Amino acid sequence: MQFMLLFSRQGKLRLQKWYVPLSDKEKKKITRELVQTVLARKPKMCSFLEWRDLKIVYKRYASLYFCCAIEDQDNELITLEIIHRYVELLDKYFGSVCELDIIFNFEKAYFILDEFLLGGEVQETSKKNVLKAIEQADLLQEKTEHVSHSKSFVGCKKAY
Amino acid sequence: MVASSSSLKLQDLIQEIREAKTQAQEREVIQKECAHIRASFRDGDPLHRHRQLAKLLYVHMLGYPAHFGQMECLKLIASPRFTDKRVGYLGAMLLLDERQDAHLLITNSIKNDLSQGIQAVQGLALCTLSATGSAEMCRDLATEVEKLLLQPSAYVRKKAVLTAVHMIRKVPELSNIFLPPCAQLLHEHHHGVLLGTITLITELCERSPAALKHFRKMVPQLVHILRTLVTTGYSTEHSISGVSDPFLQVQILRLLRILGRNHEESSETMNDLLAQVATNTDTSRNAGNAVLFETVLTIMDIHSAAGLRVLAVNILGRFLLNSDRNIRYVALTSLLRLVQSDHSAVQRHRPTVVECLREPDDSLSRRALELSLALVNSSNVRAMTQELQGFLESCPPDLQADCASGILLAAERFAPTKRWHIDTTLRVLMTAGTHVRDDAVANLTQLIGGAQELHAYSVRRLYSALAEDISQQPLVQVAAWCIGEYGDLLLEGSCEETEPLQVEEEEVLALLERVLQSHMSLPATRGYALTALMKLSTRLHGDNKAAILEKIPLVERGGSQADEEAKESKETAQLSEAAPVPTEPQASELLDLLDLLDGPSGDAQHPPPLDPTPGGALIHLLNLPCAPPPPAPIPNLKVFEREGLQLNLSFVRPPGTPTLLLITVTATNTSGGDVTHFICQAAVPKSFQLQLQAPSGDTVPAQGGLPTTQLLRILNPKKAPLRLKLRLTYNHFGQSVQEIFEVNNLPVETWQ
Repeated sequence: MQFMLLFSRQGKLRLQKWYVPLSDKEKKKITRELVQTVLARKPKMCSFLEWRDLKIVYKRYASLYFCCAIEDQDNELITLEIIHRYVELLDKYFGSVCELDIIFNFEKAYFILDEFLLGGEVQETSKKNVLKAIEQADLLQEKTEHVSHSKSFVGCKKAY
Repeated sequence: MVASSSSLKLQDLIQEIREAKTQAQEREVIQKECAHIRASFRDGDPLHRHRQLAKLLYVHMLGYPAHFGQMECLKLIASPRFTDKRVGYLGAMLLLDERQDAHLLITNSIKNDLSQGIQAVQGLALCTLSATGSAEMCRDLATEVEKLLLQPSAYVRKKAVLTAVHMIRKVPELSNIFLPPCAQLLHEHHHGVLLGTITLITELCERSPAALKHFRKMVPQLVHILRTLVTTGYSTEHSISGVSDPFLQVQILRLLRILGRNHEESSETMNDLLAQVATNTDTSRNAGNAVLFETVLTIMDIHSAAGLRVLAVNILGRFLLNSDRNIRYVALTSLLRLVQSDHSAVQRHRPTVVECLREPDDSLSRRALELSLALVNSSNVRAMTQELQGFLESCPPDLQADCASGILLAAERFAPTKRWHIDTTLRVLMTAGTHVRDDAVANLTQLIGGAQELHAYSVRRLYSALAEDISQQPLVQVAAWCIGEYGDLLLEGSCEETEPLQVEEEEVLALLERVLQSHMSLPATRGYALTALMKLSTRLHGDNKAAILEKIPLVERGGSQADEEAKESKETAQLSEAAPVPTEPQASELLDLLDLLDGPSGDAQHPPPLDPTPGGALIHLLNLPCAPPPPAPIPNLKVFEREGLQLNLSFVRPPGTPTLLLITVTATNTSGGDVTHFICQAAVPKSFQLQLQAPSGDTVPAQGGLPTTQLLRILNPKKAPLRLKLRLTYNHFGQSVQEIFEVNNLPVETWQ
């Protein structure tokens, strides 16, 4: 996979994961053009389209478009499964996920994706294992935050 | 530490941005917050740095600049706190790609994090390395990653393997490091590690033939792994819709494809397994179909048994009937790739393919069109053309050009009768005239001209079509030409094959005038109409100018330019105009030509009074002196044949220019291989003058494809006996050929 984009029906970007090195300018251009192209698709059309020299696989879940760019030799149908698996993971983590969850917790969305795909390839095919890894990382984060805060803020109210 | 009272929490910032009613308001909120973030980076509490960066990453996603956060990423990554590292590495992946100078600075932190003991931290480092690691970083850290391949924790191993994949992509020489561990890793039970290993092996094989050879030894092992996966019972953890770990299956199948390609033995080893997967995979949901699809791709790419190939094509045929249009899409795309190699197997699914023409989704109907055109052959051409015509009438405009030219091409290759061919072409011109290629007009006039028995039929049909619609330019042009040529047949009376049509001369002339004056008519179209009117005035009134406007003998087709030039050179020989020729004639030659082209002087006959014709401009042109009737045609001569390539010469002595001889050299190729880089040169005795015009092409396609033609103009002022030497150079069947020979048996009519 070369990149994955999540965007709303108004074309607002909610997540961008790039697995190829491109300048900020190029990324913006690609994003703009691709978002436009996908949003112009009618509901009855298939999930695949050819764009530049890439194959684009996209699927809409409620108000969010999940869009992946894959290479010529990649299997489109399994990419649909990849997208679906990611949505399932988000759903399990957030409990009936909606776009708002991804907006307000975008870092978590990235962390979850990074436990499922690595370098553009699938690294873990067990839903259970992915969620376990996130859970453990979250715990670790909480633990270290708690520790450092209790050290530096003894007596102080937590002030964020 | 005192946090600025107006600095927002991440969630509050997001909320405020969303509540902004205009772009300007949003910008204001963000600029204000970025100022706080900058200040905080400068002298704020390091403990809160990760929150500030998180806010910055959010606004970056909205498209605002965030470069001042790059150094903060470095600091956070270097911090011992997991919270810091988590956000820091995320920031690095979003802000610090390999084009940034600061990028290399994270190498050291990554190195440290890879070798410390906390899995989650190692995971972050590996993730960042595999997403954005530059070639230099990969070289620096390769050995660290190699060590991690042997780590006890499967969590780390699976990430290390995929990081190795990235490293090889960036620095192919690193294959040397990562190839040896693969054998061991292939024994993994952990699906994630196994999947990563398969991916790694695939990458290695794609990059190096040596690696490919090495891993072919593992085909039996891979077959075993896949077979176990497929036959073992349902495992909730890795299954999707009853299919065991489809991600892993697909990856293994893909590797098998690469290993089995062009390798008899490996292909044989996997044949049974592929058949098993192809027949037993559940096809009710997408996961199963994804595996099936990959299986089909593999079967078609390796040396499979014939039966297996047919099975694969049939699976695709079933896909075409699937209610899920994504499945239909991949089926059409795959069948298109197979239509040449497995033509008869794909033919069996032709009816289903044709059904797909009716798809509302453009990308599907486009593929269905391409596939349908590829499936046309001599036995189904009538039925297929019918379907394609139907499609042409209703398809979206951007597909019309392809469809139209596809139909015309198919018609040319497989027309059962000339009449059918004319009808089909006519129908295409009527439906999609504006989208046909430029040579359609020339081709149709050629076709009609060559079918004498259909002249009457053609002119009637074209007249009727024209009477209905004068907007489709190619149709109008052909119709005008046809009426000009065969107008007499049109007015004659009835024709067997069409409905009785009584046409009066005035109607025909009025129609042509309408074409002339219509604002829709292109200049070229007007030219055709004008010429037609000229011809009619002669033909219908038995003028003595018959010879000038004689039906032009059929020119060998060789591309429109050759046609145009050949026709022009004949016509202009009598109209006192210099024809445009690509080779620059010398001044003296030019003078000669003009001398020769003076019509008979003195006894100019007075043209008889003309019937009133529309358009005063016509009268000038018709005041030309007439030329004597043309002599009998000179027989053609075959001058060369070798391995299916044949050269024919046809001769014309235009009346009125006794010293001019026009030779058309036609090259045809009935062999199985194309003739390319074909060049024909000619030489004549000193007293002659020779001009070679540009040939219609330098490739003579195989199997009786479109011949190439070239026109030679020879002036023989001394009326000496003609001698002609030809030199041919070309490539055929991988050999370069040169032939030099003198043409024997030139008919005396060519120079006497």
